[in-house]
Amino acid sequence: MPIELIKLIPWIPLLGAALCGICCMKPAWRKAAGPISVLSIFIPFLITCGVYSAASGLQGDDKIQTIYQWMGVGNFTVNMGYYVDSLTMVMLFVITGIGSLIATYAMGYMKGERGYARFFMGVSLFIFAMTTLVMADNLVLIYLGWEGVGLCSYLLIGYYYDKPEAVAAAKKAFIVNRIGDLGFALGIFLTYKAYGSVSLHTVVDKAIEFLNDPNYTATTADLWIPFLLMLGAFGKSAQIPLYVWLPDAMAGPTPVSALVHAATMVTAGVYMIARLIPVFQLSPYALPTVAAVGGVTALFAGTIALCQYDLKKVFAYSTVSQLGYMFLGVGALSTFGGIFHLFTHAFFKALLFLTAGSVMHALAGQLDLRAMSGLRHKMPVTCWLMFAGCLALAGFPFTAGFFSKDTILAETLIVGMEGNGLFTLLALIGLLTAFLTAFYTFRLWFRVFMGPEHFEMGDDHGHGGDDSHDDHGHAHEPHEMPWWPMNAPLAVLAFGAIFGGLIFSGWMSGSIETSTANPIAIHAVDTHAQTDPGYSIIQVASDTSGHGSEADAAHGDEHHTLMGMDVHTAMMLISGFIALLGIGCAAYFHWLNRPLTDEIAKKFGVVVEVLYNKYYVDEFYDAVIVKPLRMLGHGFFLFDQFVINGLVITVGYLPRLVGWSVQPTQSGKMQGYGLGMVLGVAVAALLVFKWAF
Amino acid sequence: MPETVMDSLTLSHFLMTGAVLFCLGLIGFITRRNLIIMFLCTEMMFQGVAVSLVAFSRFHLNDTGQTFVIFVLTIAAAEAALALGLVVLLFRRKRTLDALVWSQLSG
Repeated sequence: MPIELIKLIPWIPLLGAALCGICCMKPAWRKAAGPISVLSIFIPFLITCGVYSAASGLQGDDKIQTIYQWMGVGNFTVNMGYYVDSLTMVMLFVITGIGSLIATYAMGYMKGERGYARFFMGVSLFIFAMTTLVMADNLVLIYLGWEGVGLCSYLLIGYYYDKPEAVAAAKKAFIVNRIGDLGFALGIFLTYKAYGSVSLHTVVDKAIEFLNDPNYTATTADLWIPFLLMLGAFGKSAQIPLYVWLPDAMAGPTPVSALVHAATMVTAGVYMIARLIPVFQLSPYALPTVAAVGGVTALFAGTIALCQYDLKKVFAYSTVSQLGYMFLGVGALSTFGGIFHLFTHAFFKALLFLTAGSVMHALAGQLDLRAMSGLRHKMPVTCWLMFAGCLALAGFPFTAGFFSKDTILAETLIVGMEGNGLFTLLALIGLLTAFLTAFYTFRLWFRVFMGPEHFEMGDDHGHGGDDSHDDHGHAHEPHEMPWWPMNAPLAVLAFGAIFGGLIFSGWMSGSIETSTANPIAIHAVDTHAQTDPGYSIIQVASDTSGHGSEADAAHGDEHHTLMGMDVHTAMMLISGFIALLGIGCAAYFHWLNRPLTDEIAKKFGVVVEVLYNKYYVDEFYDAVIVKPLRMLGHGFFLFDQFVINGLVITVGYLPRLVGWSVQPTQSGKMQGYGLGMVLGVAVAALLVFKWAF
Repeated sequence: MPETVMDSLTLSHFLMTGAVLFCLGLIGFITRRNLIIMFLCTEMMFQGVAVSLVAFSRFHLNDTGQTFVIFVLTIAAAEAALALGLVVLLFRRKRTLDALVWSQLSG
């Protein structure tokens, strides 16, 4: 396939969104929206596959595929152009591939909903924005996609606009993202000021040049740009302190949670940092900050997930936690680990959300873990599909999540062993989080599917249209989902979740090496450095004078070992053991001996209470930020109402007063005007005579 | 030809006649509501002015004033044709000649 076809990728979903919008108009057309949307995502997937070989062969300026000049002022030009390298291709595979699977599932899940066509319009529009984001060849276009996905996220979270909590969650997501996006926008401005361009390749090339230049000293802008960009990434990817919107965003339909809030949009921050990794390397504090925030978020969200009873909330906090891992990986300069985890996470988290959606669907909207148990006989397929997802999330040996998580932890530990204590601590935090992850994942699975059969149906009778569901026997008995269109895409996801790590690991590391996300791009000649990514830029930054061949050679001799083994192998053993331990604990506490668990929970009631209430962070933000802001806003409103508005109204009243006083003279009667004219002339004549004589 | 009558008439007499004509027209214009009468009153004001002009012209022995009056009369004739046409149009709209019905411009 010719490479030019890649320019079509974002526009096909946009066309699909427009067609779905047309479908909204007539009830008879609405059914067409689902297939249209699926096709508008699947065709770009086929294009992605088709142009893959051509795209990976691109060199130099060929990687920039420009459609037209978007805007230009003086020297400043922004093109509607795409930067096609292997990282772009990886992201496109994730977005279009997982996207079409989820959209297919949604055709069944959303059947009979009132806003069926509206939903698919949002999904297609989201794919347009997301593909634009990952393909953009300049920061301004990335920002367009960035805001586009934010908008679609807002629209899709607020899909059930008659539910107040969904509307509140949509607003919260939008407003919290504003904070991050402000940082991102400022970062772009500063980038333009510092680099004189917003083009990705120019910025990245310049940053690499600076990194390679031993005499270069980082300017203030170099120190600030990463922190501003980071703020945007933290907002979009739900990291401390801006993570609070993501758990609430689960008020949207489950396929949205899977697509937007697990697989694709929330990973945009990881993508952005990975894409601009040389820019981040210029600031010695940026990447450790990213790693620390990621690690702390991973642990923090993991502990909250332990005590949540809402199925989707558990997975939401788990997503926050896994995103923390990705940032930890990127922060430890292992963009391979970060993006790899992004890739595998997209599979298993989408799978988990969708199977959770199936359970929710079967139980008429029931999401409370306490109201369900032992569903394995009612929903055998869903049970084992979710099992596959849980294994991958828990990092069970040789599943997809195992490899990617292990890569991140090992790389972090290697940086730590090179003398950076912070990273050693973060690696330990990561290991602890891995245990928690395995535990809370299987706590959920054992609770839902194992043990004595018991369930309470939710109050969502028939998803808005009982007539379309009468064959399902809704609201009486849980039922398995049909294979098409719901379980079949899940089977594909499950396959990816189990085998994705083994299959794609090599391909992924190759892809990262040949993209701008490669942190060792400055040593691209040396293949050895790539096979041993322990070579960290923190080290590079410290010996800028001597890097080059001798630094690499020195590095080549240096093999980090842990317990007498290569760090990666050792980490695989440790994290595999930890995953098994977590699963075992979960099995004991939440399957075999539930009364004991309840007793323990009672004993540590305070801890459970704090975790259940998410460390009261929402309440804290409410008291410290939201309430004072509200008060301030109220004060401003009163000032505006009385002082400013009062002034304006007073000024406006003056002409009105004058008009009101002379208004009676305008009688509209001709004689009156005539008399006025005569009197006027008479007065004028009198005055003239007085002066004349 | 007895000249005494004309000799005893001074400029003031002619000016007074013009002023009286003008004032009568003015008063008529202000007090009457019939459009045609009002229009005729304006014509009367014209004539008052014309008389004054002719009187001054004779007094100063300068023909310009009288020439000017000829022009004024011509224009007044043209204007009368236009104005009567307008009056007819206004009458057709409301079926009355009362000027008070045209008072939409009251503030």
